[in-house]
Amino acid sequence: MINDLNVIVATDCGSTTTKAILIEKKSNEYRQTYRGEAPTTVESPFEDVTRGVLNAFAELEELSGRKILDGEKIITPARGNTGVDIYISTSSAGGGLQMMVAGVVKTMSAQSAQKAALGAGAIVMDVIASNDKRLPHEKIERIRDLRPDMILLSGGTDGGTVSHVVELAEFIGAANPRPRLGMTFQLPVIYAGNKEAQERVSDVLKDKTALKITDNLRPVLEKENLGPARQEIQNLFLEHVMAHAPGYKKLMSWTGVPIMPTPGAVGEMIQTVARKGDINVVGVDIGGATTDVFSVFDGVFNRTVSANFGMSYSISNVIAETGIENIIKWLPFEIDEADICNRIKNKMIRPTTIPQLLEDLKLEHAIAREALKLSFEQHKALAVGLKGVQKQKDISETFDRVGEEETLIKMNKLDLIVGSGGVLSHAPRRAQAMMMMIDAFQPQGITMIAVDSIFMMPHLGVLSTINEKAATEVFEKDCLIYLGTCLSLTNSGKYGAQCLDCVITYSDGKKRNDLLLYGEIKVFELGEGEKAEVEVTPARQFDLGVGKGQKITKEVTGGVVGLVIDARGRPLDLDCRKVKEPMDKVLSKWNMAFDAYPN
Amino acid sequence: MTHAYTPGLRLAEKLQIRKSRNLPLPGDVMVKKGDTVKFDDIVARTNLPGKVHSVNVVNRLAILPNDLRKNMLKKEGDSVTKDEPIAETRPFIKMFKSICLSPITGNIESISDITGQILLREPPKPVQISAYIDGTVVETIEKEGVVIETNATFIQGIFGVGGETTGELQIVVDSPDEIVTPENIKDSHRDKIIAGGSIIYFDAIKKALDTGVKGIVVGGIRDKEINELLGYDLGVAITGSEDINITIIITEGFGQIRMAQKTFEILKHREGSVASINGATQIRAGVVRPEIIIPYNKEEVSGTAAESSPSENRESVGISIGNQIRIIRNPNFGMLGKVKELPSELQAIETEAMARVLKVEFPDGQTAIVPRANVEAIEE
Repeated sequence: MINDLNVIVATDCGSTTTKAILIEKKSNEYRQTYRGEAPTTVESPFEDVTRGVLNAFAELEELSGRKILDGEKIITPARGNTGVDIYISTSSAGGGLQMMVAGVVKTMSAQSAQKAALGAGAIVMDVIASNDKRLPHEKIERIRDLRPDMILLSGGTDGGTVSHVVELAEFIGAANPRPRLGMTFQLPVIYAGNKEAQERVSDVLKDKTALKITDNLRPVLEKENLGPARQEIQNLFLEHVMAHAPGYKKLMSWTGVPIMPTPGAVGEMIQTVARKGDINVVGVDIGGATTDVFSVFDGVFNRTVSANFGMSYSISNVIAETGIENIIKWLPFEIDEADICNRIKNKMIRPTTIPQLLEDLKLEHAIAREALKLSFEQHKALAVGLKGVQKQKDISETFDRVGEEETLIKMNKLDLIVGSGGVLSHAPRRAQAMMMMIDAFQPQGITMIAVDSIFMMPHLGVLSTINEKAATEVFEKDCLIYLGTCLSLTNSGKYGAQCLDCVITYSDGKKRNDLLLYGEIKVFELGEGEKAEVEVTPARQFDLGVGKGQKITKEVTGGVVGLVIDARGRPLDLDCRKVKEPMDKVLSKWNMAFDAYPN
Repeated sequence: MTHAYTPGLRLAEKLQIRKSRNLPLPGDVMVKKGDTVKFDDIVARTNLPGKVHSVNVVNRLAILPNDLRKNMLKKEGDSVTKDEPIAETRPFIKMFKSICLSPITGNIESISDITGQILLREPPKPVQISAYIDGTVVETIEKEGVVIETNATFIQGIFGVGGETTGELQIVVDSPDEIVTPENIKDSHRDKIIAGGSIIYFDAIKKALDTGVKGIVVGGIRDKEINELLGYDLGVAITGSEDINITIIITEGFGQIRMAQKTFEILKHREGSVASINGATQIRAGVVRPEIIIPYNKEEVSGTAAESSPSENRESVGISIGNQIRIIRNPNFGMLGKVKELPSELQAIETEAMARVLKVEFPDGQTAIVPRANVEAIEE
């Protein structure tokens, strides 16, 4: 850990924008002080990522009055109002790290390989498995056509199958895939499978690919060992992928620590937050092209990337996946279906436009709800326990069909949801972000909800690897904006039935009593950092996460939106036949409860 | 602040264009520097590796992987024909002999005595690259391709489907706000590229397909028509490889939108010339927009100098007061106007978002405040 840092400059080189932040130690605490940004310059006509970085620095210099550059050289160390102590960076420019993974059994070694790649910050383009039902020539063509940045090959426990994993190696060899960047170089392939197949895999692939061999990521069925494979992915990301991206050699020489893939850095930050608070956390970053979901439950970290759910480049794909009716159900006004489709396609082909009309804003927020929901469902499906492990079951578990498939994400044990990305961080009113996250994630029980103020989690993630104190201080004080606590029912009931009584006791002793009908959502005043005790008594058939009819009494913390009590039930059902009044009226009531939009 | 960076679509009546024509894999360049080429001349060719097939010989012959090589009739690199024996067992009693036949004509790529499978590869597939535009070869890159230069009308569309195609340009409507109907499409439009209008519906697209029209250039199209034409809902805007026998380029956006007057006028002016069009669109970092290139012949070029090529590191200089812009989001979507003011302060728009805006003046003298993100420069 590097402790004697007073001035830190960090960048995230994104696909479209390079964002620079300045972090300074003032009165013995680290604070994020200034921010600058400039278009990323990986593509022609510049084809040099450092141009965008220098432009972002120039904006920082202008805003902060600190001289960071001497020509094109970063001044180090910091002295007075000149220079910085360290420069750090993350990158997802040029599409980020794109990988293909292969394993013998789709739900075992191939899934572990997928988790390793995702955890290292990659987009997984395809998962090839011996039992994925594709014919050999189809697998070979797929490997050749996709042109990933690298391939992770695994399969077989140590001492287990050799022939299947060698067969996969033969397919990779036959495809003779070329890397996406650096046409003249060999494609990096990481082998992290049965150690007894190492030599044979090496015979097949060593002349055709840049092969690296590391520890088996599934040495025994009962254990995953993803660390070495993840580390090797990050090493190769720097050695091969970054080294061949325009300008990155120069950029790497500037940074004080290795450049991290952006999602890998966000994952580091989410893990740090969960570890420091000993809490369960879900983080989401919804971008223009992809949505990343991170979770830490009982110390187990998972990350997924929904490569085709986003708010601009991939906006049309959200509709293709969920269906236009699932977007319309969130709109509190009548609109022609064909008109919505045309508007969405226009956003897809002109992705940098912003909604100017309130109606357009509400449409984008409706789409964001579905994109977040779909991405979270994908995350829950991948964040599962290890498959293939023999477990002792009692009689009741034997008949439980969910069994091994059960996700690690337990909504009523979730403490914090952190949202990031333009549609959440830049929503004109913070209440809009909170509503979108409640509707998409449908928390149960008591959950704090927060947003990343200006998308600085990547910067802080890489900072946490060298100075955890600085990273968490800035995260707590400048990055996270606590929107408030949400207290939700965990089951469903009859619309309009009285479902809970609540008593809120504020820190000054004032009390507020209220009752909610099923289908209602209410927001109570409770400012940022303020604490209050809530006592909620559900009616007999309703559950707040501790059992039907069971009262809960808890101290909760407020936020910029307040304390939300959500009595709309779970799963949230927008069926107008059950609601018995027009959905647009119901949606308007919910929006008014939050004062989410101008009248 | 009197200046802003805003991307725009290129629209030029006469422009010097350079197009790279590259092979997917190293191969042979068929022309030399200085050659004059027509759009359909082959300028480079190569062979793509054939498909790989696997045969699990040990399962077929009921032998062990270690014994595979001694039962093989062919070795790595040998050529085989379909149904030719490639391996066989040699039992004592000949009637128990098992034979494994080749499923394809091609070569033996590899024999594995670990997995017991052999990989066979089909013969390579020849690939040829045409010139795509009429012009002159100004550069050859050994084994990779060529660069062709021409003076042409150049128009970028906003979105397209279908790949490269070439044909004589025909305008089928009288004004840029007309709908292109089936009645506008005649038998004489076979092998032509038709242009004009604010929208085309599926009945007219179907008529164009039946007639053998090669391409359509139109102001707008509904999402519904694209879905019907492709047979699926387009998730991301990465197009150009659709197998639909026609190339469609829209110049303005989705929905019914009048084609920009200037675009319409330029197309009308070049009616009867041979146009090379490509619907390929990729809207991610490194944006690719569809294009319409209408080369001039030598007589037309002489005497007038063309502007420089858009592919030559031409950095967009953004917009300034007085520039022509197009509004690309509601309200006023599709309207053209002139930049009147570029205020530097952030301003609250209807959504309450604070945005950088500009003031636009429409041809009728009306003005509007628009976020800068919602305008597109018309680059001339």
